[in-house]
Amino acid sequence: MGDRDAIAVDGLTRTFGRLTALDDVSFHVPPQSIFGLLGPNGAGKSTAIRVLTTILTPTGGRAEVLGYDVVRQAATVRGLIGLAGQYAAVDPNLTGRENLRLIGRLTHLPRSRIRPRAGELLERFDLVDAADRPVRTYSGGMRRRLDIAAALVPAPPVLLLDEPTTGLDPQSRNALWAMIRELVGEGTTVLLTTQYLEEADKLADRVVVIDHGRVIVDDTPATLKSRLGNTVIELDMAEARRASRAAALIGDGFADRPDVDGPRLTLASRDGSRPLLDMLHLLEGNDLVPRTVAVRESSLDDVFLALTGHHAEADGAGPGNAGHDGPDGGAGEGSSP
Amino acid sequence: MTAATATHAGTRTAGSARHLLWALQDGMAVAWRNMIGLLRVPRLLVFSFIQPLVFVLMFRYVFGGVVEPALHGVSYVDFLVPGIFVQTAVFGSMNTAIGLATDMQTGLMERFRSLPMARSAVLVGRTTADLARNVVVVALMTAVGFAIGFRIHAGVPAFLGGVLLVLAFGFAMSWIFAVVGMAVGDPETAQAAAFPVLAPLVFASAAFIPVNTMPGWLQAFAYHQPVSKTAEAVRALVLGGPTQTAVWEALAWDAGIVAVFAPLGVWLYRRAV
Repeated sequence: MGDRDAIAVDGLTRTFGRLTALDDVSFHVPPQSIFGLLGPNGAGKSTAIRVLTTILTPTGGRAEVLGYDVVRQAATVRGLIGLAGQYAAVDPNLTGRENLRLIGRLTHLPRSRIRPRAGELLERFDLVDAADRPVRTYSGGMRRRLDIAAALVPAPPVLLLDEPTTGLDPQSRNALWAMIRELVGEGTTVLLTTQYLEEADKLADRVVVIDHGRVIVDDTPATLKSRLGNTVIELDMAEARRASRAAALIGDGFADRPDVDGPRLTLASRDGSRPLLDMLHLLEGNDLVPRTVAVRESSLDDVFLALTGHHAEADGAGPGNAGHDGPDGGAGEGSSP
Repeated sequence: MTAATATHAGTRTAGSARHLLWALQDGMAVAWRNMIGLLRVPRLLVFSFIQPLVFVLMFRYVFGGVVEPALHGVSYVDFLVPGIFVQTAVFGSMNTAIGLATDMQTGLMERFRSLPMARSAVLVGRTTADLARNVVVVALMTAVGFAIGFRIHAGVPAFLGGVLLVLAFGFAMSWIFAVVGMAVGDPETAQAAAFPVLAPLVFASAAFIPVNTMPGWLQAFAYHQPVSKTAEAVRALVLGGPTQTAVWEALAWDAGIVAVFAPLGVWLYRRAV
């Protein structure tokens, strides 16, 4: 394979009627790396995954997996990829073992390899005890592990994970992260989508942030964070007037100018919570003690605010006003560990 | 990359027989999965048996007295049971639509479409599993038929031929409902869409009553449509009488239905989002 890209996406566009889900998206994933596709609900992440897995055909541009075109050489591409998603695509009526054997047969593994391979993966994903129970008796975390195990049955060189940790408890999520790193250590290339900056930061070698189907940044997580600050300090000053006075004071005394939104001040810090103490001293000296103080890790929404000047928002078309999921999910993620 | 493309094209022409074998194996793998589902959720099998059971008892004991005089010497139960077989196969085919539509709503369909498996496998697997279910249901209905007085008049081989004809028709109908299931994409709608199609096919037919008791304009439809052709062919095989034309006509319907709806179903599967 040499240094050829594992995944190459150039000018990829996909429209659904008048909705543009992907708009001239380009990115390249080197082999044996983890690549993060970061964005809120409705940003186009899943559409990109579905094009790369040959489920959807693009409207324009092209995408290649290990040099094979996802449209013209779709059958070959299907033999090179594994897909696991947020919907745990396993059959609830089959047992865990039967699910894996089904995928073994459908990916044309040699008959003698199917049983041992299923056994190996059940062991690896800690599902041996539940292996012969129907999947409908599994917990959400177990289903998700089985889903990823199913994607790995044919040992695909390229693994595509669509929000693999959404809805998982922190412990399962950490286990999954370790697993993904292990796979990459063995030579797999992983592309994962996520709404969580933290996840992209912990896992990915490179991150593309997409918004309304468009790439807004393509960088390493470290650079992204240094441009942004890894900690967010939020002060509630009770009144907008007090907030702007506090902002002016902090803006003079510290590196960054805080963002003011009504009575609330938001400040990205590159130095963790360290500036907070000085800041509070300064405010106290000016009779501007905040009503509440919050310190959290920066979220996808903060990235959006910093890069685009607006909050992370889903396309209004989605059901249940998905627009709130991005920011809320991001903030929740930051405070949970 | 050019070399890889050339090799790929080469293996494609040389390996078309192997691809056909793969397609068959993929279809059987999915059929296996669906049959396990049927065994693990036995209520599906029970319900597909209860409905024809109610029909056969109702028709035998409620309408039997009215219809029998129009049959010129044939007992109504002997006339009815072949019709019930066909009706069972037709209504059973609705499960194909429901099963596929249910799969469409889960992530499983997305996974299948990302796997290097034949594009026909999901549909072949579903119609084949429904065929297996029909075997069980028709066997049970045969037992019920015998219990309420049905008798074979033209020998066991001809009767088994009739059963095969019923199964072939059920399989063909499954392909129609595979298309319905793929097109509507959710089980409730699939069920709602199926009934208005199935009811006239089953009731405006020779399945339960002789066609010549219907008004003239309806007879033309009732006489030629596939449920009647199959019921008449099965009846000929069970009761005796000329079978050749009837059986060929029924098989022609089956072949025609599969030839149209199988490619249509696969086309929809490829395009499903």
